[in-house]
Amino acid sequence: MLIAALAVTLFAAVSLGSERLALFDLSETQSAILFDIRLPRALLAACVGASLAVAGASLQALLRNPLAEPYLLGVSNGAALGTMLAFVFFEGFSFARPVLAFAGAGIATFAVYQMARSRAGMNVERLVLSGVIVTTFLSSIIVLLTSVLDAARLRGFTFWLLGDLSQATYDGFYLTLAAATAGTIVLSSQARALNLMMVGERDALDFGVEISRVRLIVFGLASLLVGTAVAASGSVGYVGLIVPHLVRLAIGSDNRLVVPMSAFAGAIFVTLADLAARTAIAPRELPVGAITALVGAPVFIYLLRRH
Amino acid sequence: MLRIVNISIKYGPCDVVRGVTFDLHAGEIIALLGPNGAGKTTLIRSLNGTIPIVSGEVLMDGAPLHSYSRREIARRIAVVAQENETKFPVTVIEYVLAGRFANGSAFGWESASDIEIARHALLECDVADFGDRLMNELSGGERQRVVLARALATDARVLLLDEPTANLDLAHQAMMFRLVRERCRGCEASAIVITHDLNLAAEFADRAMLLRGGEVFALGTPEEVLTPSNVNEVYGVQVLLDANPASGKVRVTTVY
Repeated sequence: MLIAALAVTLFAAVSLGSERLALFDLSETQSAILFDIRLPRALLAACVGASLAVAGASLQALLRNPLAEPYLLGVSNGAALGTMLAFVFFEGFSFARPVLAFAGAGIATFAVYQMARSRAGMNVERLVLSGVIVTTFLSSIIVLLTSVLDAARLRGFTFWLLGDLSQATYDGFYLTLAAATAGTIVLSSQARALNLMMVGERDALDFGVEISRVRLIVFGLASLLVGTAVAASGSVGYVGLIVPHLVRLAIGSDNRLVVPMSAFAGAIFVTLADLAARTAIAPRELPVGAITALVGAPVFIYLLRRH
Repeated sequence: MLRIVNISIKYGPCDVVRGVTFDLHAGEIIALLGPNGAGKTTLIRSLNGTIPIVSGEVLMDGAPLHSYSRREIARRIAVVAQENETKFPVTVIEYVLAGRFANGSAFGWESASDIEIARHALLECDVADFGDRLMNELSGGERQRVVLARALATDARVLLLDEPTANLDLAHQAMMFRLVRERCRGCEASAIVITHDLNLAAEFADRAMLLRGGEVFALGTPEEVLTPSNVNEVYGVQVLLDANPASGKVRVTTVY
């Protein structure tokens, strides 16, 4: 059902816009709009959504915290800083952006985890605060970096930092598709172990989970997913928070379902959000991250009050 | 089944457990007694390798514990820990099926027999109708019984139970001990049970171990261990001893 819903969403995303397309009898211009602009953009949006939602779902289970989210933990900012460094110092190498984004995401994840854990374990407040610290610290470095860029590039960057899919290419799509597919499959394979981790780290250890290995796999793949997503589209926030939460409301907490379903639901969510970003004040565009944050921030407050 | 040879455990510079040696034989229940902070929980957690020991050795079926993988240990040793809460809506049956993790494939789904075993464990613990309820909606005592059901669902031959009767009413305290006794009959399993109820220990345990300041103060049958002078010295309270009129086992009455 989710697959069908995703197909319908993608269909809507390519046909709607400032120029409405019928998908048959296209003129040459219309066909160019469809195949060169809208299709790669919608496909990229779907992959970015899947990546962020799967990363969020598995980080939440691993950290036993429904508020864990790549954007709020600073992981997205780590990836954004990596992407910027690649842009400033290695502009000629196209592969430098995802690679440095991955590295930045990994370093930020590790830093937040180290700050949040104490001898007494890890509580919600400590994790969220560590995320805030890492996020603001990385933001200030990003601001410092933007001040050395010239004005024309700066505007593009501010837009991109909030999440921007307008630069979508097929190359970016292929890379995020590969990461999203691999990440979803491998993380789903760890879902039974994550079910135990979600209840308690000590419980998981007692019942036979090699927790350090699971932790390494989840941190590594979440960083890969967030890294490739951010390198392609900037920091689209709150996807990893809202989507797994809605999926759990619908089908319960079993990660063997939550992780793969989050991939499809995340793909639908970001594709729709990007459609809204393109059409709300057409022909001008909003950053897609602004739309997801508008929806996500109230959900975050609701979740925080509930826990 | 387990041989514990002169083990010591430290938290930072503090000795929490010092020079503890004993064997857990097939089919027996050992009651682990002692005041708060005596090192009971630390000792029990080191026996499945979740707290590292600084010296000494734990042998399981003759081989050092660290030569087994976590899954191999979990198949043989089940734990009922002092409970912790989850923030996710986990159902009772999902929780109990987690006990089957080490027995099946790590990646896939539980088999029909896993579900059968989990259902049977729920029935044994008098929570058979709770399968679809959420863990964080249960009362403390109900949750405690589900935690026990998860440990029984592992089919492990060693049960390590950390205050399993905490939160339980009188009937379910006795039920809990009867279940463990049942498992240990015919040498299928053996258990170490931490409890503060000296009478339950005297009633159901084959041996009692009294711990003080991380060291073994006394080890033997409940009658040998639960003497007025031992209890007074370890707990600092006066007690009277007589025999339980129903079972003939030693009965401890505190003098307030």
